Amino acid sequence: MKILVLNYSVGNIYSISHALSRLGASVSVEKEISSREFDGLVMPGVGSFTSASEAISSYRGLLRDVILSGTPTLGICLGMQILFNSSDEGPGSGLDIFGGRVVSLPPTVKRPQMGWNRLLKTRYSPLLEGVEDAWVYFNHSYYPEPTDRSIVAAKTEYGVDIPSVISHRNIFGTQFHPEKSSKAGRQILQNFINQVRR
Amino acid sequence: MALAKRIIPCLDVRDGRVVKGRRFTDLVDAGDPSQLARRYSDEGADELVFLDITASLEKRKILVKVVRSVAAEIDIPFTVGGGIRSQEDAEIVLHNGADKVSINTAAVENPKLVQRLSEIYGSQCIVVAIDAKKDSSKPSGYHVYTHSGTKPSGLDALEWARKVDRLGAGEILLTSIDMDGTKDGYDIELTRTIASSVSIPVIASGGAGTPEHIYRVLAEGGADAALAASIFHFNEYPIQTVKNFLRERGVLVRS
Repeated sequence: MKILVLNYSVGNIYSISHALSRLGASVSVEKEISSREFDGLVMPGVGSFTSASEAISSYRGLLRDVILSGTPTLGICLGMQILFNSSDEGPGSGLDIFGGRVVSLPPTVKRPQMGWNRLLKTRYSPLLEGVEDAWVYFNHSYYPEPTDRSIVAAKTEYGVDIPSVISHRNIFGTQFHPEKSSKAGRQILQNFINQVRR
Repeated sequence: MALAKRIIPCLDVRDGRVVKGRRFTDLVDAGDPSQLARRYSDEGADELVFLDITASLEKRKILVKVVRSVAAEIDIPFTVGGGIRSQEDAEIVLHNGADKVSINTAAVENPKLVQRLSEIYGSQCIVVAIDAKKDSSKPSGYHVYTHSGTKPSGLDALEWARKVDRLGAGEILLTSIDMDGTKDGYDIELTRTIASSVSIPVIASGGAGTPEHIYRVLAEGGADAALAASIFHFNEYPIQTVKNFLRERGVLVRS
């Protein structure tokens, strides 16, 4: 069982790789996708939308195909945002896996949202098994507005209701950082690993 | 708004070991950074700040080791600062597993560095540390100092805070030089002045001696987070004791 952590950006992917390894997953960090020889995909959450969009452009088709053909996929923060069409953060196209645009947090709150906030589950998702209204760590200025609201599995209040967890078949996304969210984060990553193991 | 106020222990690191002491003097070895990080994380710290005070030529090599070992050990966010003078220094910290890098003197000397780093890594990774001292000749009443609080920069603290906000900093780590090390409480006025005038979160630092001090800087000073060193290091007040104190007074903290 191998999880590929896609290092499409310039920032910190150490934390997510270590967090998955500590839970017993076999992790491989790759700069791009060239084959399908892995069982789960994690898209980490660092960098800007535009830089991520540029980085994935050369293998965008294969990446879309991997995700849409059923590979358990977890997008974290920016890694979730890139699943949508476009972003207020800057030019570039997302993966168009989900319809919707990534927008800025409202000016009425401090941006970035930096710190611990609560998840409010809105429906069942295997990603959130054993996780009840937990505190999780956010660090972001943008959030996606899905066209299809039914993909939202948990929301978080910060000036507006942010979709903090999305869940659709094999595709999961968290606006927060499970790898930085202590106990609840460990449970969420364990749940994802369980999905990969199925 | 349901964001919890954060409690952040600060650890000084010299030559790859955590040291405890007052303002760089009387330092005692307090152990391995990753082990202490794990302990604080288990005790309920919301985040950690490492201040590297290594002065040797081997600084970068040592820093890489420390950052990597901490990143491998904990699953709460951590910031690394102390002697980050260039884009390359910042990259070493961020590429080896720190969530945020804190820059101080280098930001004052080269404000474009803040802009460049936030464009590359995103604002959320970039903390600007501001060391401020009371000075009635400055419009806000506070003067920015650099080089570990030893050199006056000429900058007004409020103007500088607003500027780093515009340049793309994601957070301000605001230390009162007057209160630092005293354990007499944070500078509430300084914190309120800055926190109410910028659009980014402010971490208050310098002066924590009791849970009441932490309560006051969060409630009256409007800080988003409180940083403290000695009250946690010497276990005078365990983190949960502080959090319970805050919770009883209506401050939202992570349980």
